Amino acid sequence: MTTSLQHGARAGLAAALALAAAGCGTAPDPLAADRATQAVMKASFREQGIAKLDRLVQDDVQKACSAETPPSDAVAKRLEDAQLATVKWPSDGVYVGDWREGEKLAQNGRGGTWTDAPGAPAGGNCYNCHQITKAEISFGTIGPSLYRYGKLRNVADPVDPASEAVVRYTWGKLWNAKAYNACSGMPRFGHAGLLTPGQIRDLMALLLDPKSPVNAQ
Amino acid sequence: MTLWRVAAATAWLFALTAVQAQTSAADGIAQYRALLADGNPADLWEAKGEGLWKQKRGPGNASLEGCDLGKGAGVVKGAFVELPRYFTDTQRVQDLESRLLGCMQSQQGFDAGEIAATPFGRGEQVNIEALVAYVAAESRGLRFNLPQGHAEERKMLEVGKRVFFFRGGPYDFACASCHSEAGQRIRLQDLPNLTANPGDGVGFAAWPAYRVSSGELWSMQRRLNDCYRQQRFPYPGYASDATIALGVYMGVQARGAASTAPSIKR
Repeated sequence: MTTSLQHGARAGLAAALALAAAGCGTAPDPLAADRATQAVMKASFREQGIAKLDRLVQDDVQKACSAETPPSDAVAKRLEDAQLATVKWPSDGVYVGDWREGEKLAQNGRGGTWTDAPGAPAGGNCYNCHQITKAEISFGTIGPSLYRYGKLRNVADPVDPASEAVVRYTWGKLWNAKAYNACSGMPRFGHAGLLTPGQIRDLMALLLDPKSPVNAQ
Repeated sequence: MTLWRVAAATAWLFALTAVQAQTSAADGIAQYRALLADGNPADLWEAKGEGLWKQKRGPGNASLEGCDLGKGAGVVKGAFVELPRYFTDTQRVQDLESRLLGCMQSQQGFDAGEIAATPFGRGEQVNIEALVAYVAAESRGLRFNLPQGHAEERKMLEVGKRVFFFRGGPYDFACASCHSEAGQRIRLQDLPNLTANPGDGVGFAAWPAYRVSSGELWSMQRRLNDCYRQQRFPYPGYASDATIALGVYMGVQARGAASTAPSIKR
């Protein structure tokens, strides 16, 4: 019943599975299962639209965070330091844009899928996982609530030097969430090129501007 | 009334208002779901699927009644809650859809590769949707009990677990990003925790399902396909081993959970 289409891939998988079966008791050997998984991943996907196969090539963060148990504290710390070093801070020192544009981005869940057109603008996907404003009740709960984000951190004026630590952390978190938590569930919006520095500024405003509904309502 | 009491009463009122806003949204959704459950159009797919199972079709002009879904040739009842499983004739672990695809080729003379390459909702894929609905419905109320006696079945469980936790793509997502904790949501959509047994009729025990939003019957393969789309991954092949391994992982986690498939979704 094997189709010619998938025959080559299957043969590779069968070899990997046979290797995995060698010396088998009841529980499969973890290393053999790792090898079999690599063969399965390689054989199971094809490119479609903008979603090319290089998306399955893992960087060190993705590799270290692909098990049921997280990496050790020492490994996590090393990864976080390396990720923090990738953060590009605003060259002109301007961290905060327009919260209205930020709210639009937060609402927009598009971008990056094989049904998205090449070059189509992507959203921030923020409400998928976070509560943000009081008005929007359709929010996800995978990430923490960001409602009153700036207010809770006593940001009266984001350009005041007194707010610098919070402002820098927030920029770093949006640019590369893994800089602060190696296996964070949040995408690396700046690092992965998902959002432009200008868009990140607008999200910064949504979170930190005292006039933003996040803090004003 | 002391100032403290006024403050306390005001705080309480605020809290109450917030709770009411949340509750009314949650109530509305619960009400909507109750209304949906009242009449499940999946019945139509089930009836069509039964007809297709028995009908002589394809270049071989044969029915699928000679197809062995794991309980013997032609036995449909109880097969769904034991899939994916290992089949000696193909020497592979197969889920319902890869098995149906194989039977359509071996029994009826269809080209399995061509059907696998057909987009969902077109051509023979439409017939597979109906067949899947019929086979699942014949096990409605039965409890999942995937066999793990064969070394290949245990191997695919381990592979499935690794595929489930595999992070990749521009967003760093894995299946586990959304499905490894109970009680979480994307927007207002509840997400089952698939690393444990999510319970009767939840997660693996709910698919295939009729989706009200699209008016379509989605198989497990189609469900996984759209998960991978939203994970920003490349395209998983229809009935590919990664999707079958995920089926083994989810199915083994769901052991003892009663199947409600085909269920109804928003």
